[in-house]
Formats: sequence, C-alpha cells, structure tokens
Amino acid sequence: MKSYNVYMSGVGGQGIGMFSEALVRAADHAGYTVKAVDTHGLAQRGGIVVSQVRIGETVHTPLVSRRSADLVIALERHEAQRALIEMTATGGVLVFYDTVWQPLDVRLGKAPEVETAQVEALCRQLGVECARVFSPDLPDTRMQNIAVLACICRRNLIEKVSADHFRQAMTDLMAGGMLENNLALFDRELQRN
Amino acid sequence: MKKMGDMLLRQEPFSEIVMGNTAIVRAMVEAGTRVVTSYPGSPTPEIAAAVASIPKDARPFYFEFSTNEKVATEVAYGAALNGHLSTVFFKSVGLNVAADTFVQLSLMNIIGGMVVVLGDDPGANSSQNEQDNRHYAYLSYTPVLEPANPQEVYRFYLEAADLSRKLCMPIILRLTTHVCHAKEKVAFQGWTPQPADDTPRFDVANGPYIPITRLVFPMKARALENLEKVAAWAEKSRLNQVFDHGNRKRGVITMGPPCLSLLDVMRDVEEKPDILKLGVVYPVPRESVVRFLREHQEVKVLEELDNELEKEVKAIAYDLGLTTRVTGKMDADDWMGEYTPDKVRQVMAKTWPDLVPAPVAPPVAVEAVPDRPPQMCPGCGHRSAFHAIRQALAGTDITVADIGCHTLGFLPPYHMGQLLMCMGASTGMGSGLSLFNKTRKVVTFMGDSTFFHAGLPGIINAIFNRHNITMIVMENGTTAMTGHQDHAASGRNFNEVTDKIPIRRILEGLGISHISEVDTYQQEQLGKLVQEAVAVEGFSVVIARHPCMLKFTREQRRRPDFTLRQVEIDQETCERLHVCVSEFGCPTFTLGKDGSVKVNTDLCIGDGSCLQACPTAAIGKPKIVNKAG
Ligand SMILES: Cc1ncc(C[n+]2csc(CCOP(=O)(O)OP(=O)(O)O)c2C)c(N)n1
Repeated sequence: MKSYNVYMSGVGGQGIGMFSEALVRAADHAGYTVKAVDTHGLAQRGGIVVSQVRIGETVHTPLVSRRSADLVIALERHEAQRALIEMTATGGVLVFYDTVWQPLDVRLGKAPEVETAQVEALCRQLGVECARVFSPDLPDTRMQNIAVLACICRRNLIEKVSADHFRQAMTDLMAGGMLENNLALFDRELQRN
Repeated sequence: MKKMGDMLLRQEPFSEIVMGNTAIVRAMVEAGTRVVTSYPGSPTPEIAAAVASIPKDARPFYFEFSTNEKVATEVAYGAALNGHLSTVFFKSVGLNVAADTFVQLSLMNIIGGMVVVLGDDPGANSSQNEQDNRHYAYLSYTPVLEPANPQEVYRFYLEAADLSRKLCMPIILRLTTHVCHAKEKVAFQGWTPQPADDTPRFDVANGPYIPITRLVFPMKARALENLEKVAAWAEKSRLNQVFDHGNRKRGVITMGPPCLSLLDVMRDVEEKPDILKLGVVYPVPRESVVRFLREHQEVKVLEELDNELEKEVKAIAYDLGLTTRVTGKMDADDWMGEYTPDKVRQVMAKTWPDLVPAPVAPPVAVEAVPDRPPQMCPGCGHRSAFHAIRQALAGTDITVADIGCHTLGFLPPYHMGQLLMCMGASTGMGSGLSLFNKTRKVVTFMGDSTFFHAGLPGIINAIFNRHNITMIVMENGTTAMTGHQDHAASGRNFNEVTDKIPIRRILEGLGISHISEVDTYQQEQLGKLVQEAVAVEGFSVVIARHPCMLKFTREQRRRPDFTLRQVEIDQETCERLHVCVSEFGCPTFTLGKDGSVKVNTDLCIGDGSCLQACPTAAIGKPKIVNKAG
C-alpha cells in the first residue's frame, strides 16, 4: 500500500475521537505506520468534529488533502454529504451512518435537510462507492460508531486490517462491561449483510 | 485496557501511539520536571488530561491550574528560583495575559530552568485570532524550539529542558494545534526515577532578581549573551535538519508542520528542492542558513503566519551580498491560515509554477450543505438564560459577550452578545459603551472561570468609576468550553477538594448593592430580575446560575442507577408555532418537512428546560425511556 487516507467526520458528541483511535490502533496492530489528527476544542459543542488518519511509510503530515481521501467515514448524513463533496477521492469509498442531527439552518427552516437519496446520487456522480449503515436495534445510540467500524471490517476496506486487529484495538481502549458490550455488538454487526 | 498513567511512568523504553500533548508529559517525567502550571485553553488542555491520568501520589511533579496564565507563569518562575525545573503551558493568546511577567524572564538567572510551552493556533481553530507568538520571542530575547510531530514534541522538550537548565534561562517550546493533537507511534527512552531534592535554593546571590534602574542593563546584557550562546548551540543542534535532494538550484527553508506538508506535496515531484528544516527557530542558526543560501540559486522561505524567518534570511543574504534569490510571502493570503498540504501546494505553485502545478479542485456542482456552527448543548443553562434575557431587553439595548460557552449566544436564534474581545474584557467595553448613553441599556456577560481569570479588574473599575451597566454572571461551576477544568468557585482544584470562593460574596465585598441571583431554568424569574437590574442606576449584577449540563450528564451516565429521561411532543396539542426550534433553539428539536416538530432521541437529556418555552404546553414532562445509559 503506497498510502491510504481516511477522513472521518461527525458531530460533537458522536464519539469520533474513540472511533478514530480504534482505527489508528487497528492499523498499527496490522503493522502499518499510521499518523492521525483530531479536531478538539470548540468544535465539540455540537459543531463538526473531524479526524484524519493516514496510513503508509511515505506519509509525513496527518492532514488529508482535499478530494484525496480513499475512505470517508461519516457518522451523520449532512456530514457525509459535506465530506463527500470536500474530501472523497474519485474511486474512493464513503461509509456513513444514516442518522440526522439537523444543523442550525435546517432547524430554523432556512435550509432543507439532506436526504439519503441525495448522498447516494452524489456518490454515483463522483464515482464513489457508497455504504450506508443503519442499525435500528442498537442498545445505545452511542454505539453507532461500532456498527460503522464493523462495516469497514466486513467490507475489508483497509487492506490487511482484520477483525482481530479491530478487536485488539478495542481491547486497548476499553475495559469491563463497556468492552464486552462493544465487542458483542461488533461481532453481531460483522454478520450483517 | 492500556492505562495512560502507567505508560507515562514506565521505566523501560517503549513505543506507544500518543498525541503530542501526551508525549510532552512523558518528556516532563524523564526530564525531572518538578513543577508544571497552566491555565486551560485549546490546543493544550489534553496535556493536563495526561497529567491527570497519573495518580496524584505517583506524579513525579506538582501540577496546578492557576487562575490565569500570568499567575501560572509566576508560580512556575518562583519554583524555578528554588532550583526546580518548571514548565508552564497555555494557549496562544494566553501569552498576552502572561506577557508582563513573561517578557522579564530572560533577564533572570532561573537556576532550576523553565520551559514555556505555547499552543499557537494557526487557522484560529479555537481562538480569537491566529497570532504568531514568535514575535514575543524577539521582544523578550527568548529562544524558540518548534517541533513538527509528537516524536519531536518529546525530543524537543527534553532538549529545551536541558538547555534551559544549563543556561538558567527560559526556553519556549512552540507547539501548534495540529502538533498538539497529532497522533503517532512515539519511541520513548527508559526512565529511572531520581530522588527529588526539595531544598529551597533561592538565593539573592544568584540574582539580581530586581530589574530596576541601572540593574536592568546588566540583566539585559546577560539575556543577550545567553541568546548568543543558544545561537552557537543551534548551529550544531540536530534539531535542525537538511533534506538533501541533490538540488543545487532550489531550496526551501521551513519549520514545523509546514515542512511536513511540503514533504508530502513534493512526494511525486521529480526535481525536489532541498529543504532546511529549522527546529531552533529563534535565534535563527545563521551559519546554517548562510551555507544553505550559498548552495542554492533560489531559496523559498516557507513559514506559517508571519514573516519573521523571511526577514532574517533576507537580512543575512543582504549582509553577505549573496545573489541567491530569496522569496518569502507573496500576498496577504500567505499570511493567513494553517499551512496544510493544500495551502502549501498553493503557496509553492505561486512560487515555482513549473515545479508544482496549481491545485485543480474540480468544483462539485451540488447544493451546499448547511453550515454546522458549534452551539450550546441540550440542557445548557446559558440557553435558558439567553432565551429569557432576550425577551427582557429592548431590541436596541447593547449586549456584550465575554469568552466561554456563552459566547455562542451571538448566533441565531439568540443574538445575545454583540461584541467580543478576550477574557474579561466585557465589563470594560460595556463601561465605555455606557458613557454619554442615556437610551440604550448596556448588559455584559461573563463566565465564572473568566470572572477569576481577568474579570475582576474590569468589575472593580466599573464600581470605582461608577459605570452604569448590568453584568450577568453566567455561572456554571466550571471552565466548560475548554473541557471542564475546576476554577476557584468549583470547590476543587486539580489536586484536591478546596473551599469554594463564592462569587456573590466577592461582589458584595466590593460594595455592589444590587445583586440578584437565580437558576437560569427559572426563565420568567430571570427575565424579571434582569429588568430590575437594568433599571438600577449604576453597576448592577445578576448571577444566572445553572450547572454545566454536559458535565452533569456525563457524570450521571456513569452511575449504575442512571435512567435516561426525555421529553416528547404531543402532536395533538402542538400548534406548530415553532418557538422551541426557532427561538429556544435546543438542538434536540428537529423540524419535519411538514412543519411538525420532533425530539431527536440521540440528543435529548430530559432536562425539561424547554417546557416553559412552549406557548401551548405541547412538550410533555421528561419521561423515562427504555434505553440504557
Ligand atoms: C487568555 C485566554 N486563556 C484561555 C482561553 C481559552 N478559553 C476559551 S473559553 C474558556 C472558558 C471560560 O470559562 P468560563 O468563563 O467559566 O465560561 P464557560 O465556558 O464555562 O461558559 C477559556 C478558558 C482564552 N480564550 N483566552
């Protein structure tokens, strides 16, 4: 692999930080050199939270250039569309969790909500593979990111990063009941078609 | 689970994936740092989070959050005069607050050594500006080391500590946002705990420590001499690095993260320019620059923000009569924003169009996605306050914001807080706005951490000079915006439980006669109190109190008996007046295409502060929902 760029986006409070950390550690367990950077601070107050991960020996900066992300992951539909426009490389993949946290202007009735079909259509237009994730029966909405992680693993989107690498990463980061619940959900979601 | 605290104290060498803000704490441990102080501000608070991961009794150094950056600097300085290696860290603009003390440090013989860690913020990701703090280095004769990634943060801190201890002078370690927050696998050395020497070694004979009149000059001379010594050291320092691509025509002098961007941008370029990456950015290692200039026909100075390095390089070339063509900033755009790979590509394409083609970002013809500005959290007491206060004031009244979560009140739908400067500035600006002003009430806002940080002088001035304004203290018990650090009224400091310093009693002690207080969820009462307060001639105060609900909810969720409650909208009763979405504005309320309003169950925390906002009482009392926390 020459280099592989991942751009993750969501809304403050969705758990992008933990998600990104799991991905970074899984790639590390798979033997890759990884560089990453998260946005912190102000953006967490219901703003956009972004994490960027770059894999490969020849990578220097953790920052992904515009329209050069091989994999875009979004935990919310508007952020999926935004990241798709800004960041996805032609031939890249978008994985998004199809929930909606309406941005201010949508709530104020000044802008229309982005629809799932719009995201899918734009993917086709841009030559981007689209994977929509939605699990109606999650025990806790804050586990949406595990469903997305499982989707990435199931589809083998990051070469050589296997389910065991993801499990190892989760074990690095969590303990006790939280770890058990997340591992169980991860395994359950892996079975999904 | 890997425990950060254990890792930071590991005795054998190891590698771990950490961010810059964590790597620096391991470096503090290895360097034998004894005292670390700070005031919270992005991008640095995670340094304190890493410190907190080491149990207090196992922590090899003392840490405190001081009331502001100036005090933090003074505490670290004082400790260093007793012989303890110390470190103070804070965000970019924190240096403005610390400056009166900071600019004197280089005059002093700091026997323990002192590292000043700055978190600059190119791109103004979470700051009021993107000031380039290298200017302060020139102003105060203080050397600056600038790492580019977490591995360098670790290494450069160790070098800074060593240098500072040897020369008994302050050294700046300048980090920027995406160095603080970058993550990678860092290789750490082993660590052997050393017995600490607590002897208070302060001695006037090490001084002078009193910079007045004629004493200032020998002290300044010492600072300048030290700078010379650092310059000589810098010539040999491995912190500066040459990437020799065998290009005798073109070279780039750069530093820090812009260098990483450059390396990536140049990855597929055939005739890569040579690169001189400076790790010691002040004083600039003159001989290294001269050598690099002599070896190249054209040199680009690639630096984020301002043009300090460019001026230095050009002056050197001029002094020596070199014919090398030196190019720095080319237009105003080059002075702004973070030097991401995209930005560096643009800058380099302007400089050498034949080398780097201008970026082609084919526009995607599609409707723009609505912006998502940060906002107050569900249940935030500031929201209830703004909702009530807006109704209590006349549209022409002037509202002055201060720094903190409540700053976000300027956004729609509240439009509360029409001007903002920096921490603690609201009262002074409000006082000015009240002069000659008989028609428009002036109302200022201030958070509780800010009150202690820099708020008091403005307040005392307003009392002293009898200004006619109303201050609303937005008291949520914590320094919320930067991640819930305790402050003097929280009842805890970083290390232990303390007595709260009650804001109300301070204000009473200052002689303010009109003080009222209320929980912000009592919106009607708050509105009434504000109207009473603005009617008072002189300085009046309303303390608008509610605990930070983000912090509160997080704590609640950790309890085993936690049950989540949420509100529901009775669609029968709802008349679609939309007060909840368009005026109260809790992000929990979502607007359907048909004009109906629903509750986002990912977001609602069941605080119920919205109930009063609904004119038709369609929002039901929070009910237990069947979801685990
Ligand atoms: C001089 C300076 N130091 C630190 C900061 C970082 N900062 C931004 S918001 C904030 C929180 C202020 O807390 P408080 O006044 O209690 O308001 P809250 O966020 O809790 O509403 C801080 C410290 C800053 N902007 N300027």
